[in-house]
Amino acid sequence: MAKSLLIISRQAPWSGPSAREALDIALAGGAFDLPLGMLFLDDGVFQLAANQQPALLQQKNLAANLQALPMFGVEELFAAASSLAERGLGADGLALPVEVLDDAGLAALIDRFDQVVTL
Amino acid sequence: MKFAIAVFSPGHAPSSRRALLFAQAALAGGHEIVRLFFYQDGVHSASANIVTPQDENDVPAQWREFISAQRLDAVVCIAAALRRGVLNDEEANRYQRPAANLPAPWELSGLGQLHEAAQGADRLLCFGGD
Repeated sequence: MAKSLLIISRQAPWSGPSAREALDIALAGGAFDLPLGMLFLDDGVFQLAANQQPALLQQKNLAANLQALPMFGVEELFAAASSLAERGLGADGLALPVEVLDDAGLAALIDRFDQVVTL
Repeated sequence: MKFAIAVFSPGHAPSSRRALLFAQAALAGGHEIVRLFFYQDGVHSASANIVTPQDENDVPAQWREFISAQRLDAVVCIAAALRRGVLNDEEANRYQRPAANLPAPWELSGLGQLHEAAQGADRLLCFGGD
């Protein structure tokens, strides 16, 4: 049986290539039909903020690529409740359908996956 | 035990040195390394153009010597490498850049190689990253 991999994305979409490079790991794995999950943690939850205007920062929009996750078979998407709260983001109206987890839920999630990559 | 090792930080970062020391210790302990995968700023370790001051630890050179001596599979993510100016001859020609800086034993390939290595290993170990 294939090993499951949780990708933990911790960087804001405008802080450098990390958010995109974490997403690329997920999309590449999805193309191989691997059991994957993606967790948005710490500043990574900024990737989920709706209606961003990255063009004002001369940045490419990551949102369209994030939307591709379910199409690539990556449907297990999570966000940390504490990270959202600390940054004033509500659990409603996020750009992706994520399951919001409290700290105990995060521990159980990480425990459930065979392997974890954090970027 | 079979290890897949991913390196996300450049050669001058402490985590790259830790990854190298771990890899050396793993082999010395009779374990197997199915693949080294260099991603994000980790791709800089593969650059042949790094010049480390003489009185400092030359981790990129140590990676190169270790990989060659142990005949390890060392893959550099092509997308991360192109973005950071780490090119082999083929890519330098393709993008008409004046120089290539990725010689053997390193190999340029895609993220599928990370997944394949992780699937084939008992443990995936990541060093560096944000």
